Amino acid sequence: MGTTSFDEMNGHDGDCRQAYAELQAWLEETPKELLEQRRVEAEALFRRIGITFAVYGAENAEERLIPFDLVPRVLTAGEWKRLFDGLVQRVQAINALIVDLYGDAEILKAGLIPEEMIYANPAFRPEMVGIDIPQAVPVVIAGIDIVRTGPDEFFVLEDNARTPSGVSYMLDNREVSHLLFPDLIARHRIRPVESYADELLAVLESLAPRNARDKPTIAVLTPGSFNSAFYEHSFLADKLGVELVEGRDLFVRDDELFMRTTEGPKRVDVLYRRVDDDFLDPLTFRPDSMLGVPGLFSCYRSGSLTLANAVGTGIADDKAIYSYMPDIVRFYTGEDPILGNVPTWRCREPAALSHVLENLADLVVKEVHGSGGYGMLVGPAASKKERATFAAKLKADPDNFIAQPTLALSTCPTFVDGGIAPRHVDLRPFVLTGADGTRIVPGGLTRVALREGSLVVNSSQGGGTKDTWVLED
Amino acid sequence: MMLASTANDIFWMSRYVERAESLARILGAARRMSAIPQVLGDETNEWESALSAAGQRQAFGEADAPASEKSVFDWLAFNDKNPSSITSCLRQARFNARAVRPALTTETWEAINTAWLELKRFSGSSGRARDYNQFLQWVLDVSLKVNGSAFRNQLRNDRYWFSRIGVYIERADNTARILDVKYHVLLPEHSSVGGSLDYYQWSAILRSVSALTAYHWVYRQSFKPWLIADLLVLKEEMPRSLASCYQNIATYLDELALAYGRQGPAQRAARNTHARLRNARTEDLFQHGLHEFLEEFIAENNKLGMTIAEQYNLV
Repeated sequence: MGTTSFDEMNGHDGDCRQAYAELQAWLEETPKELLEQRRVEAEALFRRIGITFAVYGAENAEERLIPFDLVPRVLTAGEWKRLFDGLVQRVQAINALIVDLYGDAEILKAGLIPEEMIYANPAFRPEMVGIDIPQAVPVVIAGIDIVRTGPDEFFVLEDNARTPSGVSYMLDNREVSHLLFPDLIARHRIRPVESYADELLAVLESLAPRNARDKPTIAVLTPGSFNSAFYEHSFLADKLGVELVEGRDLFVRDDELFMRTTEGPKRVDVLYRRVDDDFLDPLTFRPDSMLGVPGLFSCYRSGSLTLANAVGTGIADDKAIYSYMPDIVRFYTGEDPILGNVPTWRCREPAALSHVLENLADLVVKEVHGSGGYGMLVGPAASKKERATFAAKLKADPDNFIAQPTLALSTCPTFVDGGIAPRHVDLRPFVLTGADGTRIVPGGLTRVALREGSLVVNSSQGGGTKDTWVLED
Repeated sequence: MMLASTANDIFWMSRYVERAESLARILGAARRMSAIPQVLGDETNEWESALSAAGQRQAFGEADAPASEKSVFDWLAFNDKNPSSITSCLRQARFNARAVRPALTTETWEAINTAWLELKRFSGSSGRARDYNQFLQWVLDVSLKVNGSAFRNQLRNDRYWFSRIGVYIERADNTARILDVKYHVLLPEHSSVGGSLDYYQWSAILRSVSALTAYHWVYRQSFKPWLIADLLVLKEEMPRSLASCYQNIATYLDELALAYGRQGPAQRAARNTHARLRNARTEDLFQHGLHEFLEEFIAENNKLGMTIAEQYNLV
């Protein structure tokens, strides 16, 4: 597999691509000892800043680091342009889809998606039906996972429309690169990512309820400091200059949301919530939730509060819905999708299921609602026994699975075991949508599978991250 | 305006760092005292005094070991099960700080987080025995960095004021306790006894609040017990004195009141205490008994903490 992958520095044929010329020269002239020294420095830096995450269930893993790979990934202006156009188009379609599904459901009437796939889907929230979503933007922040297989072959692997995480790594990685490699940075013209917080703030403000004051009050809602992504929550509140709140800091009175402050109650207009739907409001969703705020959803329903993202957006990042995305894009935008999907077999369809079962050794099979790289089978990497066990699971509940070919994901030069070697990568750009349209900071989070040959880039499965450079024209 | 829970975390973060610093000073002074030949002394055990000054005598007693350098260091400096040990204080401070990270400057956060990472160096049986002095110095440095970074970079708003109020309430408590443990050697009638032991006792008190040199600069004479009390209770120019702590508490509470456009019981209480300290003469301290005065002060200082919590919804 590794031999057929497209390498973003050396292409298919081993000739250095132009965008990587400076980087390659730098890698050649920089002694490996120095790289190792920088790697140690970077790790100390990340620890000091406190950029850590928690892995559930792992022992002694209260606070772990996601490994940062020193070697940046480089994207050209042309490559970014196409990604940008494709992402804007896709996220606009996702927003239109969600508004439609909780509104007139035109797409179901048109017969493009089977109704039961929506209405029997746990990610569909009946509570949202008929609610006036502020500015028709349910997905304010989207993280779209992109994979690459060739010079011009970019595909969407996954749409994250609930509470995508990782943007703090995009920003911190750039910060660390600036500290560690000012010389290398100076040899490139890199588009900045630092404006992300300003863009996010503008987008959140643009979606404030109509009855909010001139300067709407925004807050970031976190499940608390024990949550695996707590660092990111506090990072974002800090960069936005807004309060970081937990459920206990909030209360509802007369369908308005307030936070408890040193000067008494203060109304909250926009809540960037990093708490899942289920836990937002014990009166509407899970009654045992200690993380949410009783009555919060009624504030949203009454229009006194904007939630970013809205409740029920998970219906768009369901992997079974994913397979319909090209049609969804055509339906709402009237254009052909600029970014394609990875070919996907829906195991709920009998013909697809038998194809998948026959070709299990070549396919990646995923749970429809799974995330984080859990509950999936990577056929070529699995043993015969593992495949047999998985086939049984698959036959028992085919609706719950989709399958995709194992893609020859592109590789990027990566610093491992004291040397430079190619490792597989993906990319998660962060797409922001406000009242005045969609914007994307040029870059994203590149995740890298640090184990040789591995295709699993998830941080919970031993993946690392890279700084991602989008070059100026 | 700030989240009440954030104000609470900031207040306690500052108190814990200050408490860690104070414990380090108490332990440092005790080490110094314990080196004095027993010939000079009665049965006073410096390590028991250190426990008393830290308010830990009873808790330590339950551990059922004689108070010695090792046992007291284990308890007051390194014991993770003792919530009032230096390591527990720093851990707790970091926990509070992490919860309110956005309210801190990067430098303040990194000072606390780095301290927490370095703490591992001193914990575990292997690291701790080596160098008590090095450890105590490190604790003082941590506190210096945390406070210094806030002083240098933090916006002067309610976040800063709550952190300062935490520092000074804790500091006032600590100074009062240190004095109270040794109040008997400060009584005027004691001076006639005045042997070498007293000299060492007096210097130990001054040392544990870093006032040994300051004493000479202020009074330009040999130790007089009532002057030591005067310095640590009434002298506003002495940064760890009760008067100085209350000058600061009153100032920062007034800043809060000004910013919020509202005064309350906390401002009144702090101003009262400050005025009393400012107007008192040395004789007044001894008239009703130094011990009684200090006990009353400690209770009042505690009460102010609760009044603040109530007035600003911290509870």
